[in-house]
Parts: sequence; structure tokens; C-alpha cells
Amino acid sequence: MKIMFFGITKELAGGPSLDVPLQPATVGELRGWLMERYPAMKNLRAVMIAVNKTYAGDAQPLAEGDEVAVIPPLSGG
Amino acid sequence: MRSLIKIVSHIQTDEAIRFVESPESGGIVTFIGTVRNQTQGKPVLKLFFESYEPMALLEMEKIARQAAVQWNVQHIAIIHATGEKLPGEEVVVIAVAAPHRGAAFAACQYAIDTLKETVPIWKREFFEDGAVWVAAHP
Repeated sequence: MKIMFFGITKELAGGPSLDVPLQPATVGELRGWLMERYPAMKNLRAVMIAVNKTYAGDAQPLAEGDEVAVIPPLSGG
Repeated sequence: MRSLIKIVSHIQTDEAIRFVESPESGGIVTFIGTVRNQTQGKPVLKLFFESYEPMALLEMEKIARQAAVQWNVQHIAIIHATGEKLPGEEVVVIAVAAPHRGAAFAACQYAIDTLKETVPIWKREFFEDGAVWVAAHP
């Protein structure tokens, strides 16, 4: 599954996207994998996950082909 | 309701205002966000804005729809810039037209406050001695 990074998470991940070498069943599983792989993300104020351009809770199931984005704390405006 | 939702490299504030003008409206309230030249006394050289554009546009559209439902807003424009911005430059413009000024003020305040909370846009602040992603850390 391919995921996208933005803002500070793009720097922490070393690029704008990544092929995750497994298919997490839920957003929470993906979050756990991310925090293990990039421990510095634990220090952020918050990390949200968007699935198909909508904010998703940890319980949300993930399917192959979903558009998944890692959303660090927002600072627009 | 007409809505103009855009992410651009250069803001044209008059585009937003002209878009919402109509004879049915009794008032237009406009918010223009600009780059401040300091943060807590530290000079800011420039900002860099990045967006997750397709999702940002969807979240901006949600704000426009909610403004229409909650305050009877007639027309709304929300335009945000991305890329490098220097102190004094415009970063965001929101223009709201409603039958009466109370609704226009309330809806415009709602729109900018909600944009900051829900629209996936990030800014990096550049100082003389380095740069930070704003609000990333507690």
C-alpha cells in the first residue's frame, strides 16, 4: 500500500511517499507501523491519517487501493 | 449560493471580493491573512506553504457549505496560497456576502477559524538561524 507524507512528516520519512510492505487492516495498525518505523513522529503534537481525502479514525478499515495520507499538525491560514 | 474555492500561487484579493458581489447582499466581509515579519520577537525571513491540494479543496468546500447552511451566506470565496511568501504578502483571502452584516461577520470568522483547524495546509517558517514547521511539536 502506498502512503503520502506532507509537511514535517515528509522530512521525517525522507520523501513524499512510501510503499508500505504490508497491508494494514486498519488505520490504527498503519499508525502503529509508522510510529515504529519513524519514532520521531511520536514527538509531533498529533498525526492524523486521511483515507480517500477524508480524516479517518483508528478503527477504520483499510483496503487495497485506498489513497492514504499522513497529516501532521495543520498550520494553514 | 455561489462559491469560489481555490489554491493558487498568488492571491488576488479583488477576485474574491468581485466574485461574491451581488445586488441581493447587504454586506461583504473579507478576511485577508498576511505574512507577519516576526514570531515572538524573532524576525521571519519568509514562509513556505504546502498543501494536500485535492483534500484541502474538499475541506474548503465543506466550510463554504456549512457557512451557507448556518448563516444564510449568499456567496463565499476562499482562496489560499501555496509556495514561498514574504512578509506582508497575502496568504489567504475569504470573502463572504450575506443579506445582513452580522451573518457575514460570523460566517467569515467561522470560515477562517475552521480553515486553520481542518484544511490540510502547512507552513514552514524561515528565520536567520534555521526553519521550523509551525505548530508541529507540542
